[in-house]
Amino acid sequence: MHFTINGQSYDVEPDIRTSVLDLCREHLGLTGSKKGCDHGQCGACTVLINGRRVNSCLTLAVMHQDDEITTIEGIGQPGNLHALQEAFVRHDGYQCGYCTPGQICSAVGMLDEVKKGWASHASGDLTDPKFDDAEISERMSGNLCRCAAYPNIVDAIREVGGAEPAGRTADEKDAAMEANARGELVA
Amino acid sequence: MKTFTYEKAATPEAAVKDIDTSGAKFIAGGTNLLDLMKLQVETPDKLVDISRLDLAKIEEREDGGLTIGALVPNSDLAADRRVVAKYEVLSRALLAGASGQLRNKATTGGNLLQRTRCYYFYDTAAACNKREPGSGCSAIGGFNRILAVLGTSEHCIATHPSDMAVAMRALDATIVTLKADGDRRRISIHDFYRLPGDTPQIENALEAGELITHIELPAPPKGKQEYRKVRDRASYAFALVSVAAVVDVQNGVIASASLAFGGLGPMPWRNPAVEAALVGKAPSDAVFEAAATALLADAKGYGSNDFKIPLARRTLIATLRNVTGA
Repeated sequence: MHFTINGQSYDVEPDIRTSVLDLCREHLGLTGSKKGCDHGQCGACTVLINGRRVNSCLTLAVMHQDDEITTIEGIGQPGNLHALQEAFVRHDGYQCGYCTPGQICSAVGMLDEVKKGWASHASGDLTDPKFDDAEISERMSGNLCRCAAYPNIVDAIREVGGAEPAGRTADEKDAAMEANARGELVA
Repeated sequence: MKTFTYEKAATPEAAVKDIDTSGAKFIAGGTNLLDLMKLQVETPDKLVDISRLDLAKIEEREDGGLTIGALVPNSDLAADRRVVAKYEVLSRALLAGASGQLRNKATTGGNLLQRTRCYYFYDTAAACNKREPGSGCSAIGGFNRILAVLGTSEHCIATHPSDMAVAMRALDATIVTLKADGDRRRISIHDFYRLPGDTPQIENALEAGELITHIELPAPPKGKQEYRKVRDRASYAFALVSVAAVVDVQNGVIASASLAFGGLGPMPWRNPAVEAALVGKAPSDAVFEAAATALLADAKGYGSNDFKIPLARRTLIATLRNVTGA
């Protein structure tokens, strides 16, 4: 079988039952994607296939030989971090870090969905979805964090995605940023 | 997981020919099938990959309706501007289900064919007439909080887990199929699903090897649309009770109503008596109560799911208040 992962070509012959997750981890040494539940419930295995976020544990490798697969290793590397990776570090968006590769791959896909104008269950108007903390939480609900670093994960994604902080208008945010710039501490 | 042979179908016609053993199954998104294969609840000896067939388009028809390819991912269907504008109940139902990752993979056809999330169906050590006909039902008398209160039998109390299919039922969808002999069928969603009776393993009208190719929605219905879902978490959980409502009020009177329910029965539930209790009446709580009574006349709780009966009543009434403005 032939695969394209993070722009690199691979030829391997895994068992027909191999998931994309097991292909990456067990056959190609790409161990960034994590196996949490192996049933599509936790999101730790999230990768991008043709730019769309999916659970790599719930899809067969054999079905994705003609696709572009991107794992966390392709999102960023040491010294060349993706903006979301930097934001997770800055906001301490984890404790143990096991869910983090899935969180970040999922957030990359999710922000692209926002850019395309896709609404979510949290959207009041499906034709004009706002992007705020409630939207981030809803859109990221397929990624569990057993350490419950959720507030910091939301902070990191909000910073990169340009969402409005909960309960604050754009004007209030600008005022807070100006106050911060003057050296006044505003939470 | 039991091993299997794999074939990738080039056309729908080839796909139905490739289903040449009783143990063969189609696979598209695979989010439900692979989950069940890992647990050996499903043990196909052959998978026919239909994921690359040319069935992923949404097209407008001359009669004002939409034809949705069976392989349209749930996320694309929910985001389609025509669906958002004219069939909001369907977008809302899709967005209320699963997670972003799953919606990107799961298909329209596969969503219709989702298997129940009954714990005992998943647990191969438990008795389950749906998984192993004749073995009994561990859910009756077991932990049945998430299970059905309508349409059950002494053999099975499983619920159908889909949100999408509930909206499709309220919208009078038609399921278009291709059979192994090359014939096409059009099946109303109202005739598609089967009550468990004494054959809970038979869930729908599909024949062996029959492939869903499209789902047709009739021209958009009149009235306001809403999908209301009650669940244990705010996101990413199956419905305990859900209501898909399309209700048109003209001159202070309910001119038409279409109501379908999730979480209550072995299929997306619809009962004409509910709509008959509403149509021609001025919206009021007394009228809504009568509709709820019609819905739940034959409801039967199994202990830990008894709460669903009053919950369904309240959810229906709240939804009707909202869509009628009463």
